Amino acid sequence: MPAILTSILHAKLRRELWQMRGPTLAIALVIAGGISVCLLSLVNYSSLTATRTQYYQEHQFADVFATLERAPRQLLQQAEEIPGVTRLSGRVEGVAKLEIPGFSDPASARLLSLPPAGQPEVNRTYLRHGRLPHSDRSDEVAVIGSFADAHELQLGDRLGAIINGRRQALTVVGIVESPEFVYVIPPGGMLPDYQRYGVAWMTEQALASAMDMRGAFNSLVLTVDPSIPVAGVIDLLDRLLAPYGGTGAYARDDQFSHRFLNDELNQLKTMAVVFPVIFMAVAMFLLNTVITRLISTQRDIIAVLKAFGYSNRQIGWHYSQMVLTIAFTGLLIGTITGMWLGRALGGLYMEYYRFPELLFRISPWWILILSLLTLFVAWLGGWRAIRSAASLPPAEAMRPEGPARYRVTAPERMLSWIRFSQPSRMIVRHLAQRPARTALSVTGIAMATAVVIVGNFQFSSVSLMVHTQFAQVQQQDLTVSLTDPLHQTIMYGMRRQPGIRYTEGRRVAAVELVNGHRQWRTALTGIPDDARLQFVIDEHLNKVPIPPAGLLLTDFLAEQLGVNAGDSIQVRILEGHRPVLNLQVAGVTSEFLGVGSYMNLAAMNRALKEGPVVNQVLMNLEPGQAGTVYQELRDTPRVMAINIRQVMLDSFFETLAKTFLTFTWVISMLGGIIAFGVIYNTVRISLAERGRDLASLRVLGYSHNEVAHILLAELAILLILGIPLGWATGHGLASLVVTMMQTELYRVPLIITGRTLALAASVVIVSALITGFITWWRLRKLDLVAVLKTRE
Amino acid sequence: MDRSSSDLPVFHASGLTKTYHQGEVEVHALRGVNLDLFAGELVVMLGASGSGKSTLLNILGGLDVPTSGEVMYQDIDLTRAKDRELTLYRRDHVGFVFQFYNLIPSLTARENVVAVTEIARNPMTPEAALELVGLAQRMDHFPAQLSGGEQQRVAIARAIAKRPDVLLCDEPTGALDSATGVLVLAALETANRETGTTTVIITHNASIAQMADRVITLSDGTISGEFRNSTRQDPRTLSW
Repeated sequence: MPAILTSILHAKLRRELWQMRGPTLAIALVIAGGISVCLLSLVNYSSLTATRTQYYQEHQFADVFATLERAPRQLLQQAEEIPGVTRLSGRVEGVAKLEIPGFSDPASARLLSLPPAGQPEVNRTYLRHGRLPHSDRSDEVAVIGSFADAHELQLGDRLGAIINGRRQALTVVGIVESPEFVYVIPPGGMLPDYQRYGVAWMTEQALASAMDMRGAFNSLVLTVDPSIPVAGVIDLLDRLLAPYGGTGAYARDDQFSHRFLNDELNQLKTMAVVFPVIFMAVAMFLLNTVITRLISTQRDIIAVLKAFGYSNRQIGWHYSQMVLTIAFTGLLIGTITGMWLGRALGGLYMEYYRFPELLFRISPWWILILSLLTLFVAWLGGWRAIRSAASLPPAEAMRPEGPARYRVTAPERMLSWIRFSQPSRMIVRHLAQRPARTALSVTGIAMATAVVIVGNFQFSSVSLMVHTQFAQVQQQDLTVSLTDPLHQTIMYGMRRQPGIRYTEGRRVAAVELVNGHRQWRTALTGIPDDARLQFVIDEHLNKVPIPPAGLLLTDFLAEQLGVNAGDSIQVRILEGHRPVLNLQVAGVTSEFLGVGSYMNLAAMNRALKEGPVVNQVLMNLEPGQAGTVYQELRDTPRVMAINIRQVMLDSFFETLAKTFLTFTWVISMLGGIIAFGVIYNTVRISLAERGRDLASLRVLGYSHNEVAHILLAELAILLILGIPLGWATGHGLASLVVTMMQTELYRVPLIITGRTLALAASVVIVSALITGFITWWRLRKLDLVAVLKTRE
Repeated sequence: MDRSSSDLPVFHASGLTKTYHQGEVEVHALRGVNLDLFAGELVVMLGASGSGKSTLLNILGGLDVPTSGEVMYQDIDLTRAKDRELTLYRRDHVGFVFQFYNLIPSLTARENVVAVTEIARNPMTPEAALELVGLAQRMDHFPAQLSGGEQQRVAIARAIAKRPDVLLCDEPTGALDSATGVLVLAALETANRETGTTTVIITHNASIAQMADRVITLSDGTISGEFRNSTRQDPRTLSW
């Protein structure tokens, strides 16, 4: 083709795209919405995954973890000889109650020892500020960043610590992070409480002498050659450590912080799949309808081009370019927005996970695949229309299309008992005439509604979950963890203290539940018969009675272990004399939060052969007495840590608001864009197709509003059909998302409130109102004379 | 009966000009037109394309407003009427017939007529209107099922069904062959004769002039000639 013709077609393309900038931009925005959600999720997922991988690698994150009572350091040599072990660190672990100047609540920390060389071989720390403690200074400590931030600790600040019953003054010399504690969850808690629980590192010498562990270790972490199965190493290690009170080594997959992080990343992965699929589907639908319409208005131009001697291929390519330009615009906007949102959200995740630095990663392949897919699907969307236009013989294409063929359709016959006005009849016929297109418009509106629901339902679901957990399940103001199991009389003693209204004791033990080859490390909680503060509640918020004997398991856990009520499982108690019990699963219940296993307190005490002991005291306080009680508990020797309900709630919502909800909000916004794109284009097309009919009615004496009624009532019908369908679709998608996002930490119940439904409908209706107003205004400017002059 | 003898004009236009912009070009469509139309007469306006006849018709029909000058329909000042008043004027007084029929494709012949009768004050029945144009047998057909001439006759039935005071026809035979065109003109003539509606037909086809009471010629935006036929010729005898 001569260059001049190409450039003329290019000029045509440019001008027409500019002329149709409204609908073009609407489609481009929908594509951009899909792309940006897709990229946002992919960027987050791959950045966090890459960041974690690098963090783990550079800091030698352990593959296997083991705790024991006490073993001589010489044993480390034997552990190192286990085939497959590449690096290992034996360390001393302990717990300290902390006294922080200006903070009266009880706070505690997990203490870990650092070797004389400074950094350990395994689980190396990342130094954010300052330095690690000097090997010859027993009063120096490095604290984890989250705790330091929560208390605004500076280098040189001093803390009081009670380690093994002895008070000691410590100086903060470093602020560090560790791959072992990306998530820092206090014992007995389910959520981080950065003010009251932290992690601190001291020199081995200092911690060992404080803990009476000189020349010994009670914690072992090691890395394993990737070609050697970890299970074998664990086996050998367990055998080696058993005589020294080993509680059973476990792999990285069972490590708390890692497991939570994994859950989060899996959720992100789900989001990265579900949302973009919806968005892209809707974008493609829009592209298809608009392109079809556009090309049908260009019939005569195509005929003229063909009469000039342009080939079908050239014409096809010309219109393909139009489609591809629109798609490319969307792609460009979407890529930029997605990257930007990904980075912004990545920053939030960083604050939350406290990685040393975020690797902003997205494989160029992802972008390439996404781009090609978008362009291809967009082109496919326009393909049908392009093909039919290019294949028309010129003479036929130059002839005007006759009046559209209408007939009385079944839906109208069914409604024949209604006396339609002619404008209403026009609406019904128009909708019934092209059932496929009407169905697509309704689907588009439904999709937009569904996206908003999926984006928002999680808020009410999670709120309900948390509300249930804290208002109905955990009615205590305070949970006190004791250093050791103590006779129940301790809680009666506490009840006599001023400010404490009621106490309830529980026995919580770390256990490993084993069924065949399946095992799960969790906590077994003994709940008293007359529990008033915290009990087990099922998904219908009914109190579940604790069976007098045997275990009550969360359904999630039962499923993981492959057991049902009536089955027997092995329960390995990971403390005290480490008894191994065979217990019957007496019941399975559903719970929103955590992975619990429960027993009757007395039955558990009997099974553990330990008398009537408790190691957790739940309490309700007199109003306004919290300060006094906290102070008192801080000075009570056997109290290890406390969890304050309000703090857990605040912490949960803060976490949620920052990550989950930001994401959700972005999705809702994009849902709004989809809604607008669908509705705007539907009405635009309708207006373009029927401008002539409407102008004719105006000429016949119909008023502006009577004519606008035809388009707007049609839109209203589409909304009335689309919104409920969208509710149903949203419900379906939401339940899919809920199923895919079940994690150990929480199983979001599928709660779609009226508010969520109303919100979804509102987003769509507001889009419709805006569109409606634009349409109404355009109709005002409808040039009656010009319309009558043009043939159909 | 000589309807043009009535001395009360239904329309009175004086000094009408219309200038509009087509892209960047200024078009003077009307350059000072003075015109009276009388009750019941059938007027044919002849003119080449671009002579301003459609513009004049659109102004008379309340679809457009003049740039200057005055148009009165009885005591309604069409020059100063607002959109709402023009809508009511069209609804109550005017019937239109266009070159391209402008039927609503989603409505049957009968429903196209009903669309007008259900908003009119004193309409005839749609069936009567369609009978008048000879389409009693095809009332339940959709436009796509009708020939061009039939579609145009539906348009005429739609225009006369409300018993308008004035029937304005813009090139009603422009898209039709001669034989079909004659049928359409006959329908218009019947309507004029039987309902007494003032009828204006604009066309570039001089043969049509013979069916009129009065013939007005437009060229270059002004009235360049006017004559009266001594007798109206039956449209069925016309050909072109």
